[in-house]
Amino acid sequence: MSEDDRKSQEGASGVSRRDFMKLSSLAIATPMVVGPTVLEVEGQEVAVYGPGKMPVSLTVNGKKLSAELEPRTTLLDALRDQFNLTGAKRVCDRGTCGACTVLMDSKAVYACSILAIDAQGHQITTIEGLDKGEQLTAVQQAFVDNDAQQCGFCTPGFVVATTSFLEKHPKPTPEDVRNGLSGNLCRCGTYHGIHHAIAQATGQKRSVKNG
Amino acid sequence: MADYSWPDAEHRTLLGTRVSRVDGPVKVQGKAKYTFDYNPAGLLHGKIVRCPYAHARVKSVDTSAVEKAAGVRAVKVLQGPGTEIHWAGDEIVGIAAVSEQAARDAAKLVKIEYEVLPHVVIDETEPPKNIANDTSPVSGDDIEDMMNNQVPEDEMVKAIMGRGITERPSEEMFKQLPEYGVPASVIKALREAPVKEAPKGPKSPYKRTAVQTQGDPQKAFGGAGVVVSEGLYGIPVITHCCLESHGAASEWTDDKNLLVHMSTQNVSGIPAQMAEPLQMPASNIRVVQDHIGGGFGSKFGPDRWGILTAQLSKLAGGKPVKIMLERDEELEVAGARPSAFARVKVAASQDGKLLGWESSSWGTGGPGGGGSPPIPYVFNIPNQRKQHTAVATNIGPARAWRAPNHPQACVLTLCPLDDMAAKLNMDPVEFLNKNLDITGPRAALYADELKIASEIFGWKQKWHARGDKAQGSIKRGVGVSLHTWGGRGHESRCDLTIHPDGAVDIKIGSQDLGTGTRTCILMVAAETLGIPHDQIKLYLGDTKYPMSGGSGGSTTIGGVSSSTRRASVDARDQLFEKVAPSLKAQPAELEVVKGVVRVKTDHSRALPWKQACAKIGAMPLTSRGSNPDKTKPPDLTNSGVGGVQMAEVSVDVETGIVKVEKMVAVQDMGYVINEKTAESQILGALIMGIGYSLYEEKVMDPTTGRMLNPNMEFYRLAGLNDVRDLVVKVYSTAEQDKRGVIGLGEPPVVSPGAVISNAVANAIGVRVPFLPLTPDRVLEALEKGGTA
Repeated sequence: MSEDDRKSQEGASGVSRRDFMKLSSLAIATPMVVGPTVLEVEGQEVAVYGPGKMPVSLTVNGKKLSAELEPRTTLLDALRDQFNLTGAKRVCDRGTCGACTVLMDSKAVYACSILAIDAQGHQITTIEGLDKGEQLTAVQQAFVDNDAQQCGFCTPGFVVATTSFLEKHPKPTPEDVRNGLSGNLCRCGTYHGIHHAIAQATGQKRSVKNG
Repeated sequence: MADYSWPDAEHRTLLGTRVSRVDGPVKVQGKAKYTFDYNPAGLLHGKIVRCPYAHARVKSVDTSAVEKAAGVRAVKVLQGPGTEIHWAGDEIVGIAAVSEQAARDAAKLVKIEYEVLPHVVIDETEPPKNIANDTSPVSGDDIEDMMNNQVPEDEMVKAIMGRGITERPSEEMFKQLPEYGVPASVIKALREAPVKEAPKGPKSPYKRTAVQTQGDPQKAFGGAGVVVSEGLYGIPVITHCCLESHGAASEWTDDKNLLVHMSTQNVSGIPAQMAEPLQMPASNIRVVQDHIGGGFGSKFGPDRWGILTAQLSKLAGGKPVKIMLERDEELEVAGARPSAFARVKVAASQDGKLLGWESSSWGTGGPGGGGSPPIPYVFNIPNQRKQHTAVATNIGPARAWRAPNHPQACVLTLCPLDDMAAKLNMDPVEFLNKNLDITGPRAALYADELKIASEIFGWKQKWHARGDKAQGSIKRGVGVSLHTWGGRGHESRCDLTIHPDGAVDIKIGSQDLGTGTRTCILMVAAETLGIPHDQIKLYLGDTKYPMSGGSGGSTTIGGVSSSTRRASVDARDQLFEKVAPSLKAQPAELEVVKGVVRVKTDHSRALPWKQACAKIGAMPLTSRGSNPDKTKPPDLTNSGVGGVQMAEVSVDVETGIVKVEKMVAVQDMGYVINEKTAESQILGALIMGIGYSLYEEKVMDPTTGRMLNPNMEFYRLAGLNDVRDLVVKVYSTAEQDKRGVIGLGEPPVVSPGAVISNAVANAIGVRVPFLPLTPDRVLEALEKGGTA
């Protein structure tokens, strides 16, 4: 991170790393109440949440969803435990495997690595919101046709990540696919099918048979 | 008698074709529900406090603070004071709380004191030469360990009878042993073996078996003109790393009955395993599972955490309690494949006939040490001398891992044979071909598969003598290997119902691991009943359906396809009985094709399926199919497959990075049900094989005794970037059709370790002794004598 980047990031939140450390220690002493504690940092008011529950409102698949959540709750756990949107899976729980991939304002993100409170004000799309009703999307259909799934636990994450990837790379080469989707992992070994599914979804020829 | 036999190529329309998996749509839509997704109202979350030491004794457990903590609903001490703990991460206390966060917070309040004991977590160091053979009596823990390590039955009997036992099991225990899968011969040995006192003092981690010999190894190695090749080979402990971690959710539906959601490969087998620890009848335990996120051999039992969910639920007034392991727990305690290492000497004649084998092998299968892999693998070399040393470690308990013991045996055999071929300056395909006569009944099959694989792969054009002489830092090489597996269908029962409105449903207590089991069951029924497979409703994954075996050993497809076939034939023939009078024919003269019941010789006398079923009457028609079933021949399943694989790699000799450029797999499996999902199984096995050949290793810290990489950044799986050209050839012939259905989940995962290691040796001119073939290992081998 360059110095300029750091400054602009600090500017965005108004809190420097040093101040944040101070705030963290303050926050621990804060009584468990709903709603933020407002602290003054470098002359600016900063809201500090937690550790108790607070009202959180998310926009998921076009619907407003609200719950009382501890601020440490990840977007993934909020989706799964509070709203029963269990398509996104918790596997590594630290941004390595991509099984929890959702779209935030149409950008693919790891829902395990974003706090629910930080997802407020954004448009969240989960696997459940990709298709409209029973009709599968072209990507979903291609995953089915090319058997790009076995146990299926990584599949929702892969489908969401692929959907987002193809919006930016409508005609990817196999090398593009290897790099662009390297943030998702599968244990059963369905990658061969995934390569073919992407070829089908983008109207490209498959190099090796298996569909 | 009804004809249950599989229809041959001319008499089938669906079987053997490529059908997309029926659960594909719900999986791509995120609608498929896994145990991890079970989220009923009022769900309590369980967490486990685990021992941080690899070897310790629990001194005290104080849960007073946690019992008072906010949101906590139940606390259960699992291993109290005095218990000896054998691996880091073993379970000490279980907690259920209103949220996962509350349970995690509460776990921090448990106070446990340990007496820390010395540990052993390094297994790849060669054991000292001068250890006496293990003659100490066999303990209950040893038996459990042997079972976990799939030690062959005869070897277990030999150990029990020869060394004696530390104590005779109680009559109560004898009754339970068969439920734990202990073979009858072993139970008999446990009744007959002498009881001996266990030796006092600190136990050695090494348990050395007696030397086993066959033929005259001394003569074989000493003969004139004999070529001897010698080397060191090994494959480390790896983990299963199921993406859906292990876990369960239990709830008491009333004071007597328990409902369990469990991520398991063994739905029908779980109640019997929970009954004893919960001291309740198995018939009051219902186990359900819709989808499972991977098992690979590690999910056959309820595990302590599964039992714990029921215990915590009871303490919390019956509310549902769910425990799904966190990723670090999953990798530390929920699955470890035994390691295997060996110094191997091979003797061959100058024209390439295998003469002799000598091996001194070792490895760990966990705290008990484990058993020896079946070496030499596939090739029954006439003269052998071998000895195995089990290393008891605190790495964690072993579990069956896809094709237990075979990938290890394959590396320890096919790599030494490849080195011998190199020493003889022979093409290894030619060398293997030359020795197929000692592979047993599948010699001709291997020859054919080697030929097919060579053609697809372009072996003759690609093979060169050891050490790629090309300019530059990228060296290419090729390798070959072969393997075997059993795969006979397990016990299975299937209930099929045809309703008077034409609806058909199937109930079977099996499970679909993502192997395509659902799709295959429906294909068998649809082919037999002559209706589309999407017109049949399938119920599985519930103990209220008829028993079907656990999905291990590649036994599922043979089991469920056979039971479904018999149920479908019987139901169809019953339908023919009901319909025949209306068509003025005998039942035996009827057939059902494309949804029409008709007279074989006069297609004008016909009734569409729905109208035909209206003849059933008011009550549905039902049938039960079983496997095995000697009263309804023929045997529809079989055992024993071969399989040949080839790989091409590129190795950067400056960085040590290995890339698998191409793999070819030729795999037989008897009668093929669904070519598409079969191919996916093989492709998946190749990819999993690339992972364990290049990356996977449970890395242990000798100082703390803990796993260093219990996460997915440093326990690396193969990714999209590792998958280049993979070609699968399903070996399907009329002769294979006649054999019946044989499982294939396991065989194709056996060879990748050997085939990739052999290709790397061919590329760089030197053997990298141990998997995974990481850059540091490759560079170290190159320093010691690469020729590339």
